Amino acid sequence: MCLAVPAKIVGIKDQLADVEIGGVRRQASLMLLPEAKLGDYVLVHAGFAMQVVTEKDADETDALLAEMHGADRTVYTIDEAASKQPIR
Amino acid sequence: MAADELLDGIRKMAVRPIRLMEVCGTHTVSIFRAGLRQLLPQNVELVSGPGCPVCVTADSFMDDAIEYAHKDDVIVATFGDMLKIPGTKSSLGEAKAEGADVRIVYSSMDCLDIARENPDKKVVFLAVGFETTAPTAAATVLAAKAAGIINLYMLSAHKLVPPVMRALLDGGKARVDGFILPGHVCVVTGTNEYQFLTDEYHIPGVVAGFEPLQLMRAIYRLVRQISLGEARVENEYGDVVEPDGNPRARQILSEVYEPCEAEWRGIGKIPASGLRMREAYKDYDISYVMPVHTSLPPKKTACRCGEVLQGLVKPEECPLFGKACVPEHAVGPCMVSVEGVCAAWYKYGRNRFTFE
Amino acid sequence: MTFDKITLAHGAGGSMSHELMDKIIDPVIGNPALEVFHDGARLSPGGDIAFTTDSYVVNPRFFPGGNIGKLSVCGTVNDLAMTGAEPIGLSLALIIEEGFPVAELQEILHTIKNAADEAGVSIVTGDTKVVGNGSADGLFINTAGVGRIIDGTDIAPSNIRPGMDIIISGTIGDHAATVMASRHGIDIPDSLKSDCAPLNGLASKMLKAVPEIACMRDPTRGGVAATLNELAQQSGVGMLLDEESLPVREETRGVSDILGFDVLELANEGKLLAFCPHERTEELLSVMHGHKYGREACVIGKTIDKAAGEVGLRTALGSIRVVGMPMGAIVPRIC
Repeated sequence: MCLAVPAKIVGIKDQLADVEIGGVRRQASLMLLPEAKLGDYVLVHAGFAMQVVTEKDADETDALLAEMHGADRTVYTIDEAASKQPIR
Repeated sequence: MAADELLDGIRKMAVRPIRLMEVCGTHTVSIFRAGLRQLLPQNVELVSGPGCPVCVTADSFMDDAIEYAHKDDVIVATFGDMLKIPGTKSSLGEAKAEGADVRIVYSSMDCLDIARENPDKKVVFLAVGFETTAPTAAATVLAAKAAGIINLYMLSAHKLVPPVMRALLDGGKARVDGFILPGHVCVVTGTNEYQFLTDEYHIPGVVAGFEPLQLMRAIYRLVRQISLGEARVENEYGDVVEPDGNPRARQILSEVYEPCEAEWRGIGKIPASGLRMREAYKDYDISYVMPVHTSLPPKKTACRCGEVLQGLVKPEECPLFGKACVPEHAVGPCMVSVEGVCAAWYKYGRNRFTFE
Repeated sequence: MTFDKITLAHGAGGSMSHELMDKIIDPVIGNPALEVFHDGARLSPGGDIAFTTDSYVVNPRFFPGGNIGKLSVCGTVNDLAMTGAEPIGLSLALIIEEGFPVAELQEILHTIKNAADEAGVSIVTGDTKVVGNGSADGLFINTAGVGRIIDGTDIAPSNIRPGMDIIISGTIGDHAATVMASRHGIDIPDSLKSDCAPLNGLASKMLKAVPEIACMRDPTRGGVAATLNELAQQSGVGMLLDEESLPVREETRGVSDILGFDVLELANEGKLLAFCPHERTEELLSVMHGHKYGREACVIGKTIDKAAGEVGLRTALGSIRVVGMPMGAIVPRIC
């Protein structure tokens, strides 16, 4: 229902950003994400930046694989997220 | 390769039949394009829910849109997705062919320029979509207001995901063991809104991204929870999904829109499952400024889109599928949208062929 | 130049029509064949001939890498080339909307001339009509072409058999990505432009080196997906593509991701697909790599003895999905 792509902010003027993906650029509104900064990767949907993409470091990205090999669960449920402590 | 390892894990855990529903049309398309169904063990069935916003848009909305398009002083602006959606008798594409001014836009913000360039016309934007897209329409209204543009209007049919999930579960017919939660909707809403799955229905849900591997990881997490009898809402799309989503987007959304009862095609009316413009913004609401009264008698067909949308039957179980109803001559909306369940089945799947 | 806009009088057949011909069209594309001023061209092809026609309407008319004029020559030349023929003469018919700027027409005519020169073919006959304001979208072009079939070639869908390699001459989707980008406010770098090009040079080199080529086709509207589906149905042979082998420019991928397109469905205007017996593939590829329009040629899949008439794609994950016939016009989607 919601096609969105990550793109890099390469310019900002007022509430409009120039975002780049694969070397091509389009304008995206920052009205829904005023905190976005130059150089951020943002998720773009229908001409709007929706969220900053936070690149998870390699450890976290491979967390599921680690879990599959017996490590503790690293994805938090909602109540856990507050304490950042997985409940097992 | 990570995918093999995930699949292996899924295979080992899925000792009994498991039914997972994705409630996002973009997931439906991703799943087909990646050929995920064929990789999963027979015990894990993926069913598609009501996640294609144009598919669930009622005939009456399209009838109104077509009526507006035919007015001389109106320009209808729409996402490309809406062009072929059938109303009761016609579609916007047909209206365009008959001379109506229908423009395809990539962003609702493109409507600002159209409105500026056509000061003597009313520009009507077909505001459809779920929680991801609704804030973009709301922001466009605020931008129009700030820029003093007075000839841009919304024809709104925005829908909300959690109420329809509740309606499916309360209906009791759709047997679902777990939900693949819509990643980009959750970017806006956050994960908190889905806690009711756990609390009230004891059904797990995992927020998923759209890359094949991201989907596979979400499926793995669901199958694991189900096999252990657990039910949590987990987030496998942490790059962009926060527990409270995008507060700014939600604030702008509720500045302009408020929840209302909405009609879902094939499902019916669901309380508080849609959005209507607030009183303060009624000057931007075309249905208030220039009401139309189409109310055409509903058409009767053997189309089973309504049941397909709820995951009750597979597209192939509809008597029209692939016969009277094909993408070029669609009877129901699920066949006409690129991400409609029937269209995706018809185009990418159908499991008709063996290539090796 | 005594006028800067085309008027209805330019299409009325009188002195104004001659003025359009003498002052605008002939100085650019005039050649001995046209100088004869017959109602038609006289050609001496010898051997089997190929004959094709196509009409061109494109919005916008100018795009990075070409314009409607270049398309109108390359499209018809390529249709001849895909029939196994060398072009020997083209017709050019212009349908011009009243009020069309003469300067733009001249620029398009120059492009037509350059493209025809590159393809080694002349415009041997033509026609001009002017229609009233609102009756055409600026300029429509029709070209037809006659070509001589290269000796010894026999290329047709019915020659496709299981066990052949499917070869593409370069990156896919660049033309449609370029045009759609300019339609929807996307800025593209110089590295992405329409691939619009005459392929007769490349095609005849390929056919002379490897006459065993079973079939060639240029994947224009509907892209590789539509062309392969047509050929699969016409030949009754199954095809299996390999997702990871598909050559796609990063910029084309970017445009497709933003607008929600499948690159397999995007039109190409300077690419060809060839079906080649596996044992001849290596030689064919080395011939293609030596031509400027085939430098990035590669194998993207093979024909198989299963799934008759269908096209499949092995995904990066290792599963296989059907590559369907594209549905309708390509429009950006948010869903």
